[in-house]
Amino acid sequence: MSETASRQIVADAAVPTARPTPLLQRLGQSNLLGFGFLLLLLVLWEVSVRSGWIRSFGFPPFSAVVVAFWQFVVSGEVVQVLLPSLQRWVIGYAIAIVVGVAVGVLMGYFTFFYKLLEPVTELIRPIPSPAYVPVAIIFLGIDDPMKIFVIAFASFFPIMVNTFSGVRSIDAVQMNTARTFGIPRLTTMWHVVLPAASPYIFAGMRISLALSLILTIIAEMIAGNSGIGYYILLAQRSFRVGEMYAGIIILGLLGYALNRLFLVVEHWVLKWHFATTGGGTG
Amino acid sequence: MVAFEPRANASLQLRDVRKVYQADHGSLEALAGITLDVAARSFTSVVGPSGCGKSTLLQIIAGLVPATSGRVLLDDTVVTAPPPGAIYVFQQYTKSIYPWKTVLANVEFGIAHRRFDGRYLPRAEVQRRCREMLELVRLGDFAHYYPYQLSGGMQQRVALARALVCHPQVLLMDEPFSAVDALTRSELQDLVLQLWSDMRPTVVFVTHDIEEAIYLSEQVVVLTRAPARISQIVTVDLPQPRTQLETREQPMYLEYRRRILEDIRSEPHGLEKLAGATAG
Repeated sequence: MSETASRQIVADAAVPTARPTPLLQRLGQSNLLGFGFLLLLLVLWEVSVRSGWIRSFGFPPFSAVVVAFWQFVVSGEVVQVLLPSLQRWVIGYAIAIVVGVAVGVLMGYFTFFYKLLEPVTELIRPIPSPAYVPVAIIFLGIDDPMKIFVIAFASFFPIMVNTFSGVRSIDAVQMNTARTFGIPRLTTMWHVVLPAASPYIFAGMRISLALSLILTIIAEMIAGNSGIGYYILLAQRSFRVGEMYAGIIILGLLGYALNRLFLVVEHWVLKWHFATTGGGTG
Repeated sequence: MVAFEPRANASLQLRDVRKVYQADHGSLEALAGITLDVAARSFTSVVGPSGCGKSTLLQIIAGLVPATSGRVLLDDTVVTAPPPGAIYVFQQYTKSIYPWKTVLANVEFGIAHRRFDGRYLPRAEVQRRCREMLELVRLGDFAHYYPYQLSGGMQQRVALARALVCHPQVLLMDEPFSAVDALTRSELQDLVLQLWSDMRPTVVFVTHDIEEAIYLSEQVVVLTRAPARISQIVTVDLPQPRTQLETREQPMYLEYRRRILEDIRSEPHGLEKLAGATAG
């Protein structure tokens, strides 16, 4: 190879020239891809109905759904429908947190409680939660107490199990530090055990967040007269399909909003934890 | 300057302390009968080969671990549980300092739940004492920081402050500076010496660093390999106050160092034992 040619190769290697990325490749990696896909699906939806390609009364044009959704929101009906659901959900979820953490701590701290409760909880836990809605109806009727019980009962288990895990995995040094300072038991539980277990507790709470919403809707569908679950079912039964889909969309937005809220709270409470561990977007 | 309450004598007596660990494959005798007297307000170091049970001994004194046989007496009272007069400072400060509490909250934690003359201190008093102690360990500006925002040396200073603000009669330190870099280590050594000379608790200081032991203490207890016995006790007669430059150049310093190093080195190492076994 001539000297000039070899020098050229070295020069080329030393300064890589930026070749313009093909348009498709750039698109394939951008954030627009997801939104574009969603948009495409919605357009397909609209077109397939309008063109008569799909004829099903259960499949209205997307524009009809948008209209129903808009009316739902603008008329304020959305608040009337969501409020009862939110009330039930928050009470049930709160009960699950309080009882779940308490039982988890008891079982983690005292072998007696663990031995006592473990067989019973392990038998009940695998039962899919909607299955005991009929049982709850027999004992509690069809009103809010039944619904709140079902929500709380299902949401209790992930929180309890995770709290137990958290308490068991507390480092011996952390506990022995409290011992060497002669800290009383209850104080240790509040100042050391609970904070140390809180990352686990929040993991359990996150699982129960989704679960509690699901149970709220199911309870309202089976035996309800108010709330978003009942609204969706009622729309289906009255053949108001547009409103049915609108209700589902609202539900999706609600779930998304609650999840975001949960993450905000979690990052605020556990900022000390996210700072020391590698996880999270922190 | 922090005002200190008068304290009773806090001498330690160890009488034939043994510790045997039971494992699946048999039992391990970590401590084979340690008998030792530690004078009140003195500074004693414990050194020995790695894994010889120094930390175990300290935890037995602290009441955190029960001895298999023998007794520990603090002020003529047998230690069966963590005694209020003794505080143990852990080697792993990242775990000992609670990450969910601020520096100030951590330092307050011990003293806020401690009874003085049967009563808890008022909140304002607790805060005042803790802020003073933070100034003493030169962390006054970091009261509202979280541990994860501090360096290792700073975190260990928080642990020290938390222990000392309680005015313990006995301070038990388990290799507190082994996880810290050399420069910080010498700073922390001088800090401990300064606080000790001000407050005069009885200190038992476990370390693998022989020079650190000689530099800090009035007596150095040398343990053998497990099953550990006391090999010798070296009385360190170096001038006070100790300084990093002058003390470490003293001829007696080097003499103590030689004595202890020879003692520890004369223990057959694992490898030598193996060579001896195959040759013999």
